[in-house]
Amino acid sequence: MKAITVSINGAARQLPGSTSVAALIGEMGLADKRIALERNGEIVPRSLFATEQLADGDRLEVVVAVGGG
Amino acid sequence: MNDKLVIAGKNYASRLMVGTGKYKDFAETKAAVEASGSEIITVAIRRSNIGQNPDEPSLLEILPPSKYTLLPNTAGCYTADDAVRTLRLARELLDGHSLVKLEVLGDPQSLYPNVIETVAAAKTLVAEGFQVMVYTSDDPIIAKQLEDIGCVAIMPLASLIGSGMGILNPWNLQLIMERVQVPVIVDAGVGTASDAAIAMELGCDGVLMNTAIAGAQQPVLMASAMKQAVEAGRSAFLAGRMPKKLYSASPSSPMAGIIASTRN
Repeated sequence: MKAITVSINGAARQLPGSTSVAALIGEMGLADKRIALERNGEIVPRSLFATEQLADGDRLEVVVAVGGG
Repeated sequence: MNDKLVIAGKNYASRLMVGTGKYKDFAETKAAVEASGSEIITVAIRRSNIGQNPDEPSLLEILPPSKYTLLPNTAGCYTADDAVRTLRLARELLDGHSLVKLEVLGDPQSLYPNVIETVAAAKTLVAEGFQVMVYTSDDPIIAKQLEDIGCVAIMPLASLIGSGMGILNPWNLQLIMERVQVPVIVDAGVGTASDAAIAMELGCDGVLMNTAIAGAQQPVLMASAMKQAVEAGRSAFLAGRMPKKLYSASPSSPMAGIIASTRN
């Protein structure tokens, strides 16, 4: 399977061709964390993480809640 | 006393809202939030730190959404688009939670609100079903426009974010309160307990602060002071202060029955 390159929070990253959002989140150690994910400017609901496949050139934002005023 | 703050149809006993930034660690954050008695607490939405220790606790484990009304903010956003994207992510992050704090800033030096971008973002967010508490300038015309758009609370600054300068223009806050039906919450600029009390005495519905507590020498003690100040200020407002009488003293003790050799 041809590798793909995606951008995660602004950093380029190589992944195997058939990586799901869930697999990526797992690899990032965020599987059981409260996160939200945006793909190319659109929210990907958590319920679709397992089925959504990443594509070459995807721009992902993965966010968490932090302290703020 | 049955004096509840109502925001978007939900009752809150506390009129103090606090931010969760700038504390030295989560233990201090938690202790200060608890001492403040706040039910609504703000959080920021940020990129997850890749490579972060996955065993580290997260803020939402310390301050769970089951216990507090979390108010995700758009701090650091300078355009309506970024603010809207941030709050869409926040809604997903918080399982569909729609109460949010919108702030769109003008420049990084003053952190003054960009009201043009704020109005644009508010329109989009209200149309998408968000309940928008909006940080804005103390301009009464903009405040009214934001209410007309459908914002559920208007949150004018008292002075610049993080400045601790206190309430610089009480007259503008009054003008806003005269025009706006939804809650008016002073957001930004409070420095110490008397500032919070003054905001409440003016008739504001609540106060939101972060640095005034987190930046105190003893944040947990200051959180407790702010809780008392907001309660005292609110009570004083409800009680109705005595009129000011310029150049006219009035004794508090009876004038009759004074022992004095000069009277009978």
